[in-house]
Amino acid sequence: MPLKLNILFQRSILENIGRSTIDLFQEWGAAFILLGKISLSLRHIFRNFSQILTQMMFFGVSSLPVVLFSAVFTGMVAGVQAAYQMQGLVPPIWLGAGISRAVLIELGPVLTALVVAGRVGAGIAAELGTMKVTEQIDALETMAIDPVAYLYMPRFVAGAVMAPVLTVFANFVALVGGWLVAVLSVGISSQMYMDGLRFHFHTRDLVGGIVKSVFFGIIIATSGCFHGSATEGGAEGVGKATTNSVVTSAVLILIFDYIISAWIFR
Amino acid sequence: MIDISNIYKSFNSKQVLAGVDLSINTGETMVIIGGSGCGKSVLLRHIIGLMQPDRGSVKIDGTDVSRINRKELFALRKRLGMLFQGAALFDSLTVAENVGLGLREHSEYSAEQISDIVNKKLEMVGMSGTGGLMPAELSGGMKKRVGLARAIAMDPEYILYDEPTTGLDPIMADKINDLIIALRSRMALTSIAVTHDMVSAAKIADRIAMLHQGKIIFCGTPEEIKRSPDERVQRFIKGEAD
Repeated sequence: MPLKLNILFQRSILENIGRSTIDLFQEWGAAFILLGKISLSLRHIFRNFSQILTQMMFFGVSSLPVVLFSAVFTGMVAGVQAAYQMQGLVPPIWLGAGISRAVLIELGPVLTALVVAGRVGAGIAAELGTMKVTEQIDALETMAIDPVAYLYMPRFVAGAVMAPVLTVFANFVALVGGWLVAVLSVGISSQMYMDGLRFHFHTRDLVGGIVKSVFFGIIIATSGCFHGSATEGGAEGVGKATTNSVVTSAVLILIFDYIISAWIFR
Repeated sequence: MIDISNIYKSFNSKQVLAGVDLSINTGETMVIIGGSGCGKSVLLRHIIGLMQPDRGSVKIDGTDVSRINRKELFALRKRLGMLFQGAALFDSLTVAENVGLGLREHSEYSAEQISDIVNKKLEMVGMSGTGGLMPAELSGGMKKRVGLARAIAMDPEYILYDEPTTGLDPIMADKINDLIIALRSRMALTSIAVTHDMVSAAKIADRIAMLHQGKIIFCGTPEEIKRSPDERVQRFIKGEAD
């Protein structure tokens, strides 16, 4: 490659890297500003309680069937995997303990969050994105109604409250799934499975998983609100916002899963 | 009174408003005309504080919209109503909830009082009995009328119309024009409408201003615009291409 062309090529790569870095920082800055505004608007929590209840229904109650369905199979897979890995190495009484720790610490909170990110996070981004491109958010502004307090804060609160509730249900159902596999497939007794659960149950495992799910709920709601409120253009923009919301949530859930696990389960 | 003084606004490198000066007197209906994409809606958004000018000022009764804090802006907006081009009704709320939302958020009225006011406003725009419908069940003209009912729900002093007749058939457009005229006399409103519909402009306007390449190139009564010697104005009102 001639020297001049080589310099131009390198400059273009550097420019692209620089521009992408600036864009990334700007996006993160805007997301943190939104998070700050939502936190400040928490003082209106009782004034917008009906919106919060509506969002809790959407986030929690409507998500329950898909979360439970995923959870029962998650528990069953955990049972099959644990039995396979323990074969010939560990006595079967440990099966309940292995499944319960995997479910309470990791599988329950993380898989619930990923399922909810796909369902609710996408829904939030699509709804707010459509409101943005059809000037409904501007209409709220012109009516002297703060979109942060009216639209974003109720979703944030619903996420923070309902994600742990869903996780508790998911944990329970996943343990039932694990029990089904243990009894029907592995061939251990219910009593042995329950003993494994009981003897190796640590409150810290349950609480740690629930603390994670609070953060995951906040991530899902904030990502949906941020990408929805930043939507530009028409249907294409709404589609991009929806995709970005789910991808951002999924990546952040996994990153925060590590950070919180490293903090709680040291 | 609304006083727009030397407003500049650009998006990236595109200059949309390039020194707009315009005064709207209390009680009058000012119609701003101009070609598609000339910045009419951008100007309207500056008046209600949805956009901030790069330079210049918009003063409503002496208050500079771009220099007040958010709390003061919200207090000012309670005195204004706006009808959006696509009506911008909230999809998840019924017609009655759309119209009553501002009252629910900002007034001390009981639910029954709000319901009475909503019914009265819907009656004013010829939409009685539609309170329980969802926006998706309404036609374009009905949406505009509900949007109008929502805009006047708080009894504003000023009302802004963004393309009030665009996308409507001529008969429905004329009904909206009649509504705008009726509301003005009934509620003593100061109105600003942006449109490229000259039939509508001639019918509702006390004065017409024409925006062209970021500047106001004409301002006068509907009679005066017909006699304007400016070729650009004549071409626009007669609908003639270059």
